[in-house]
Amino acid sequence: MSFINYSSREINCKIVYYGPGLCGKTTNLQYVYAKTAPEAKGKMISLATETERTLFFDFLPLSLGEIRGFKTRFHLYTVPGQVFYDASRKLILKGVDGVVFVADSQIERMEANLESVENLRVNLAEQGYDLNRIPYVVQYNKRDLPNIATVEELHRLINPRTVPEYQAVAPTGVGVFDTLKAVAKLVLTELKRGG
Amino acid sequence: MNPGLVMYEEEFRQISGICDRLTRDANAKVVFLVDKNGQLIAASGQSQNLDTTSLASLTAGNVAAMGGLAKLIGEKEFPNQFHEGERESLHMSIVAGRVVLVVIFDAKSSLGLVRLRVKKAGEELSRIFDHLAKKQAMPGAQSPFAEITDDDIDNLFSG
Repeated sequence: MSFINYSSREINCKIVYYGPGLCGKTTNLQYVYAKTAPEAKGKMISLATETERTLFFDFLPLSLGEIRGFKTRFHLYTVPGQVFYDASRKLILKGVDGVVFVADSQIERMEANLESVENLRVNLAEQGYDLNRIPYVVQYNKRDLPNIATVEELHRLINPRTVPEYQAVAPTGVGVFDTLKAVAKLVLTELKRGG
Repeated sequence: MNPGLVMYEEEFRQISGICDRLTRDANAKVVFLVDKNGQLIAASGQSQNLDTTSLASLTAGNVAAMGGLAKLIGEKEFPNQFHEGERESLHMSIVAGRVVLVVIFDAKSSLGLVRLRVKKAGEELSRIFDHLAKKQAMPGAQSPFAEITDDDIDNLFSG
């Protein structure tokens, strides 16, 4: 849910990175954090287990610049991907303005991808959102690994709605900013429409 | 989709005034008001050295997690929470069902005083947020963002 503040001339939006465990959601945020100028970002918070698995969420506040005198700020969140953290995932989707689905391109993770998309659809619906209408982009991550599905296959399985889709290698940044820009743009366009 | 929160100058001034007064009346170090989704609405007191953005996000995460726990045991929510530290303590209170009033205080104040003052401030804030909700729901209250163009959005990403 966006927050428009006329007093401080700010627009704040919330973007959530969703996907199965170990698909690279946190890595996306870490790359964005590492490559963003200090004045455009806040502190990145990771609520993680001792083994660096996301326990509750990662959080990264970003400033994208101004539109007609309004500072645009995006709050990026990740959800914990592991199946049993579903209660936490639901909470993080509250008030979401846009979703990035990070898919793991490896063939053996296809079922986990599908399960996660379905879980996203159900959890969004519980909050009153429709996955078919919300600003949404898909990222096919881990394109550098050997045993990966083709983009056509991933598209057919994960992106039947044909939303913007990007190939990515999150640790090196391939596709990371393209994905972020695409979802941010969709969110702003939705705001303009009065969504 | 749920409409977002829109804050106008007038209401912002009123809200800031209430937070300033609460800071004084409760002998608090910092008072801040956070949207349940983690957006900081107002901060008062010694907030300069605090990372208020992170505070806002973690407050919302905490309130959401406690809300989830409340539902599991058959409660609607836990409207008030208190966390006691060695030197500083933190009191959180849900206002008007959608924002969280957070007070950080030390030994110069007490939980009793904070609770008393928060209750009064919470009632005043509730009235303002109810008014804001009505203002936003009024017919003709179009998206305040409607006048921007596709070019404006494109320009943001051209750099």
